[in-house]
Amino acid sequence: MAINITVLICLALAALWAVMTRSLLRAAIGLALTSAILTILMFRLDSPVAGVFELSVCSGLISVIFISTISLTHPMTKTQIVQHMKDRLSRFWYLPVVVVIAGIALSLAHVKINIKIPAPEEVKDARYALWYLRHADLIGQIMMLLAGVFGVVLLFKETKKK
Amino acid sequence: MSCLLILIPLATIIILNLPLYRLMNKAVFWAGCALCLAQVYSVVFLPKDFWNAPLGYLALFFKFNLAVDSLTVLMLLTIGIIVFISILLARHFFTEEDKRFNFINLLIVILAAMNGVVLVKDIFSMYVFIEVTAVSSFILIAYNKRRDAFEAVFKYIILSAFATILMLTSIALILLISGDASFAAIKIALATSPHSKLVLFAVSLFLAGVFIKGGVVPFHGWVADAYRAAPRIVSVLLAGIVTKTVGVYSLIRVAGSVFDINGPVGGVIMFLGAASIIVGALEAMEQNHFKNMLAYSSISQVGYILLSFGCGTPLGIAGAVFHLFNHAIFKSLLFVNSAVLEEKTGTQFMNRLGGLAQKLPITGATSILGSLSTAGIPPLAGFWSKLIIILALWSSGHYVYAVIAVLASILTLAYMLIMQRRIFFGTLKEGFENLTEAGFWILLPTLILAAIVVGGGLFFPYFLNNFILPVGNILK
Amino acid sequence: MTHEALAVFWPFCLFIIMLFIIGLYCLIVTFNLIRALIGVEILLKAVTLLFIVVGYVTKHTAMMQSLIITMIVLEVVVVTIAAGVIIGMHKYNNSLDVRNLRRLRG
Repeated sequence: MAINITVLICLALAALWAVMTRSLLRAAIGLALTSAILTILMFRLDSPVAGVFELSVCSGLISVIFISTISLTHPMTKTQIVQHMKDRLSRFWYLPVVVVIAGIALSLAHVKINIKIPAPEEVKDARYALWYLRHADLIGQIMMLLAGVFGVVLLFKETKKK
Repeated sequence: MSCLLILIPLATIIILNLPLYRLMNKAVFWAGCALCLAQVYSVVFLPKDFWNAPLGYLALFFKFNLAVDSLTVLMLLTIGIIVFISILLARHFFTEEDKRFNFINLLIVILAAMNGVVLVKDIFSMYVFIEVTAVSSFILIAYNKRRDAFEAVFKYIILSAFATILMLTSIALILLISGDASFAAIKIALATSPHSKLVLFAVSLFLAGVFIKGGVVPFHGWVADAYRAAPRIVSVLLAGIVTKTVGVYSLIRVAGSVFDINGPVGGVIMFLGAASIIVGALEAMEQNHFKNMLAYSSISQVGYILLSFGCGTPLGIAGAVFHLFNHAIFKSLLFVNSAVLEEKTGTQFMNRLGGLAQKLPITGATSILGSLSTAGIPPLAGFWSKLIIILALWSSGHYVYAVIAVLASILTLAYMLIMQRRIFFGTLKEGFENLTEAGFWILLPTLILAAIVVGGGLFFPYFLNNFILPVGNILK
Repeated sequence: MTHEALAVFWPFCLFIIMLFIIGLYCLIVTFNLIRALIGVEILLKAVTLLFIVVGYVTKHTAMMQSLIITMIVLEVVVVTIAAGVIIGMHKYNNSLDVRNLRRLRG
């Protein structure tokens, strides 16, 4: 239990670092780190198959896409970044205040949650559920990958004539 | 059997992309046309039992959870017609072969995805197919790689991703309370579970996400930019069928399967519908750009569909779905006409056009047919659907809404006729003397759509009993 | 709900909401298009965590994992297309500032 809370705090800190850091490259690395910590949480909560998928795809493939996009486009200049960070914090000062007040209000309200959960399922393996029970999703994924292929062919192809 | 509607287009794309370049570049157009025509023919002429029959030997490999009822049949017909029109237009607008090849492949993907949206009976699978439709429309909007096209697409991507978050959160909440995500299970959960308020909140989040993706009021911020910047065929496709399937059909299916429409939910939907009608009509009157005016007119017509659906009686639902079909047809006709105008004259601003009916006779005639059908003039098809809507509203006691519908119909007639007069009638402005009529591959879709508009109006009793009135029973 | 499941549920909900707010903050505040995409990604991770927690609490882990695998595949394709659009925009404007998108008016 304490391990869960520690890992959750690490997740929140990694996400916060990815958002607040100045350089874009560090933000992409922060996103990959967030995915890795999310994988640890998935392993702790009995979902190993999804954890492996998340680690390989989100923390690998998406980070590669982000880093290649960042290297193909130039970031803002140094002075613009520093100025932008300063007035960003001052424009949205009310957000942490709202969050703290909402947290205090919720904890004082003594919200009782006692949800009646549905019956547990019969199959225990995710691979069985995906391959035998949810065929429509599989066809949807195949279609999505085909659409992605056409999109990549369109968007990433360099024009021959300038 | 109904999974063939998804699997056959998918198999076609895989076959088309085998490396036999010369053959496939020529074959793609005919393959696309054959798919759409086969869909239209089989939906009209084969009975519903054919679609609901089990698969035979295919059932060893695939076990889908699909079902076909009257609403699905009408939507499949509409999807088949509009995608067929788009493939014909693609033949005209894209002269280079590999651009046309990729475009028609994307059109077949979007055909399969929209078939999937209307066929599934499970809320997560509906989300999957809606997402595939959205991604295909991102690529289609950005197809000519212009600067404002990229900007409009990026705005749409961010809004669509936010809508995805809303829809997924709602699915997670629904799965917490009832272990199954299909529509029947959600209906049971709403009726019998002690946490029905949470399920109600979750379904309304899902509907909010669907409205953002579909461009329905009040979330229509990305629509006007995307229509203006997209290539012309894509505007036809988007306005005609994609937003109607993703936005309006999802609302009808989810709200119809899950809620009891005669309650307060129906009242909210009717209010949204009436607001859309009024906002759309007033905004359309003061537009100078032809495509913008058509976009706002779309918003107004979707308001009619929502208004009729919210009233809950079988006649109301039948009227709503019939108006959906009619709107797809006549709005696509008007967008094709705007594409012809833009190609021939180079401008879309109505104060710079004038008197074009002498030079573009067929375009002018079909544009008049489309405008009159929008306004609901007999004996065109639009008149019958508006009549059913107003009758349904009057007979279920919503007199105020019926009066609003009639008044807005007069407003629609007004702005449509103003548009017609400015563009097609009057004196010919200078610089337009050398215009010729549009080419064959544009005129053919225009004539097909105009024929459906006129034929739907004249042969209305045949349609009434076979297609439209059964839709009213989907809630039973 | 069993006592142990409830004990798991509460802190996870709190951190999911916090991750959601961090993602929304990143999406709203930034002027850079790539950071907007990172904000969307963080929001999607918050929803993935919500699915995992729901699966653990209701013991439907197999179904949830298959849904999450589908969601991850869809998300990857959306990010790829968005990255392509960003690169295309950069070729025109030579900068990735959101304030340059003021050409669009509603």
